[in-house]
Amino acid sequence: MKPTHIFQAEQVVAGYDHKTVIHGISLVIPSNQISVIMGANGCGKSTLLKTLARLIKPADGSITLDGKPIGKIPPKKLARVLGLLPQSPIVPEGISVADLVGRGRFPHQSWHTGWTKKDVEAVAEAMRIMDITELANHHIDELSGGQRQRVWIAMALAQQTDILFLDEPTTFLDITYQVEILDLLTDLNRKYGTTIVMVLHDINLSARYADYIFALQKGMLMAEGEPSQVITDTLVKDIFGLDCTVIKDPISGSPLVVPKGRYHVNEEFTS
Amino acid sequence: MRNQSIEFIMAGRRQRRRRWIVVTSLLAALAGMLCCAMLLLGSTIYPVNDVIRALSGEHLKGVSFAVNTIRLPRMLAGLFAGFAFGIAGYTFQTMLRNPLANPNVIGITSGSSAAAVFCIIALHASGAVVSAASVIAGLATVLLIYMLSRGRSFSVGRLILVGIGIQAMLDAVISYLLLVSAQQDIPAALRWLTGSLNGSQMHELPPLVITVIIFAPIIIVLGKHLDILELGEQSASSLGVDTDKTRIALIVSSVFMIAIATATTGPIAFVSFLSGPIAKRLVGVGFSNVIPAGLVGVNLVLAADLIGQFAFEYRFPVGIITGLLGAPYLIFLLIQMNRKGEL
Amino acid sequence: MSSSAISKIQRPNSHLPRNFTLVLVICFVLLGICVVASLVLGSRLVSYHELIDGLFHRDVDSYGANVVRKRISRTVFSLFGGAALGVSGALMQSVTRNPIADPSILGVNTGASLFVVCGIAFLNISTANQYIWLALAGAAITAVFVFGIGSMGRGGATPIKLVLAGAATSAALSSLVTAIMIPRSYVMDQFRFWQVGSVGSATWSGIATFAPFLIAGILTAVITAPALNALALGDEVATGQGVRTGTLRLVAALAGVLLCGATTALAGPIGFVGLLATHAIRLILGPDLRFVIPMSAISGAIILTISDVCGRLIGSPGELEVGVVTAFIGAPILIILAMKSKVRSL
Repeated sequence: MKPTHIFQAEQVVAGYDHKTVIHGISLVIPSNQISVIMGANGCGKSTLLKTLARLIKPADGSITLDGKPIGKIPPKKLARVLGLLPQSPIVPEGISVADLVGRGRFPHQSWHTGWTKKDVEAVAEAMRIMDITELANHHIDELSGGQRQRVWIAMALAQQTDILFLDEPTTFLDITYQVEILDLLTDLNRKYGTTIVMVLHDINLSARYADYIFALQKGMLMAEGEPSQVITDTLVKDIFGLDCTVIKDPISGSPLVVPKGRYHVNEEFTS
Repeated sequence: MRNQSIEFIMAGRRQRRRRWIVVTSLLAALAGMLCCAMLLLGSTIYPVNDVIRALSGEHLKGVSFAVNTIRLPRMLAGLFAGFAFGIAGYTFQTMLRNPLANPNVIGITSGSSAAAVFCIIALHASGAVVSAASVIAGLATVLLIYMLSRGRSFSVGRLILVGIGIQAMLDAVISYLLLVSAQQDIPAALRWLTGSLNGSQMHELPPLVITVIIFAPIIIVLGKHLDILELGEQSASSLGVDTDKTRIALIVSSVFMIAIATATTGPIAFVSFLSGPIAKRLVGVGFSNVIPAGLVGVNLVLAADLIGQFAFEYRFPVGIITGLLGAPYLIFLLIQMNRKGEL
Repeated sequence: MSSSAISKIQRPNSHLPRNFTLVLVICFVLLGICVVASLVLGSRLVSYHELIDGLFHRDVDSYGANVVRKRISRTVFSLFGGAALGVSGALMQSVTRNPIADPSILGVNTGASLFVVCGIAFLNISTANQYIWLALAGAAITAVFVFGIGSMGRGGATPIKLVLAGAATSAALSSLVTAIMIPRSYVMDQFRFWQVGSVGSATWSGIATFAPFLIAGILTAVITAPALNALALGDEVATGQGVRTGTLRLVAALAGVLLCGATTALAGPIGFVGLLATHAIRLILGPDLRFVIPMSAISGAIILTISDVCGRLIGSPGELEVGVVTAFIGAPILIILAMKSKVRSL
């Protein structure tokens, strides 16, 4: 099992150049659990994730890992604890799957060494978890979208971090692959205790797969907690501006948001 | 099961490493052969024995002058400049993730050329002053292009457009300088427009040799970082690369090499553009291609110079030959990239 | 929609752009100043009397008057050439629906150069009348080639694709030009004369050869302007409005190539005038091509003439090629366009 970490943000203000997107957010990431950051387009969820993963320097506030500000931890050392899968990672042309996954080992290597036994084992392990071992010597250009996403996650896994951030890992994927990826991530959490923090677009999938939810609106933290407590029709109305009814998901028992539009609404729901 | 999968993964990796070693050795061997050819061939072909004796310091009438004063500096200039162009071009292409973003296209070479021409024509300087000025101008050009292309968000496309614009202006400056120059300075200055190994002299070489010896190892050592940077800003930082520092180290090293090489031989067209993609095609991806790219650069320059010297009735400078070879490849690459929708 | 809203929307279509008269007056004043400057300024400054003598008193044979007379053909040509380049830029930009299309950026100039060099080297050609056909052929073939490469793949011809295709082609062709030239010193002499010749080498017979192309090109441009306006909204919309887009593109592109090819044939490669002229006008008058095209002719004439005068002053006692001056003034426009454009449209 992965060790427990205290990862917290305090009064974080962040954004790009002249535009502040995050207006003072404080939170503690639940260790060894799956957290989902959700909110409407442009609410700053991706910015928050990138700030937590030290890709954006906060303008104010502090982000600490086990009490130490993340800016003060040497980059390579931090990269052994904390990994990030960006939303649209860039594929180098012509690289093989195994080599790409192997690049996730960078923080564990020094400049003059090749792959050590440990590196090989980590790569093989990551590829086995993501079920892409047979693809090892294929070029990444030959793969489908779903397979590619698994390769990217495998790369993040090969990094063997205790905490893993993922920025919309399921966008551009068919629903089948979305569920598959989320299942694999849950495997990872349940088996190894990896702390997972991700931004997800789909409210219902978030409600089902998250242990904990952070709901954002306009750069502020509106609500946080377990999905069953947080996801209510008033919250969805507040952060998405959507009229809906929240029912119990017949499969998982988690909250299920059923939107109300202007048409096709039965009489019992019109108010 | 577990060992099987490890074996399966490692088999492919070993194969790729074997290919890297074989191809790199072949490239090195070819470069060695071309170096010998540069020493042996010329208007008079001397016996091998004589050439070796002349090189080892024995004084032989005719041979010593031809080999030690003309052919050896020419060969060394080609060797080091080719290596510098190859490595620096590959670095920029990989860092900016675009084979078109090489020092030629984005105007660094023009910056160095313009400074060199200015020093020669307006200040009648030579040697160290020219080298220093072209390095400073090269770095300043990079900085200027980078600042101008930053905008709201950085894009390589914008960088290339700005670079082409800057290049057009610098070329205009060079044309102006050539116009006002004294007749006797023109041949020396013209070299900065085409790139040529003609008339390379031993005493001009130390800056180039020293620069390559200092900066090429830096880039080779940072090769792994460069491969990680290729994954994009976000992946690179989350893998623990200090992206800003690494990028600055890489850019400064490449610009030093490009600028000094340009000041010595002139901008030999397309070498910095061709070397990386050719090396990648030959070696494949997976291991750092910095050294293969440098070797391809050496082979290109030396082979093109030999072709320019001996293939035609007239002796063409090396830059013309690489230009003729490189431009069709650039067009081919453009067509390929456009088809794939990468631009 | 209320009737006032409708009339507001239609307004730009039926009325002159705001300030049009003022802009027109300013342009003509500038044009006048340019003409006078071009006649008076240069390595030898001409006095008022000499200017009048040179222009109106044919019998006076002073040195100054002769200088003025020599500068007349040069001035006329720089006005014509500038107009041609301005209109050519406007046409190419609207045909490619691309703000940075300019003969020099698209490599068309180098194409014309290559054909002229081949003509000198292999066909023993030496007069302007013969250059012009070769230059036109070279310009046309290069334009088709560059545009063909640039418009492959997704998204059609984006600025960045066109620029790179143009730069690559230019590089390839100029290597060829040098390779042909270096061993043949007589070609180099003649070609250098052509390339450096700039607008200064213009003769009246050259201008006479050039004039029909200029008139045909500008007429075509003016006639196709309304249809090109429709094309600016996209091929689908234009087709919906009854424009035959294929034919229109062909005719307008042909006119554009004709204009810049003919200018290049006489003056050698001159870059960035089309870019500069058209964007200055667009900035002031807006995008309506019925005004942009004729006004680009005027602004192009102004820019080329001023650049020529600057080249004479800077390069004194010799002269700096006008192409060098226009590149230096025009390239910043390319940079500014690149800085302003959104990443996605590159």
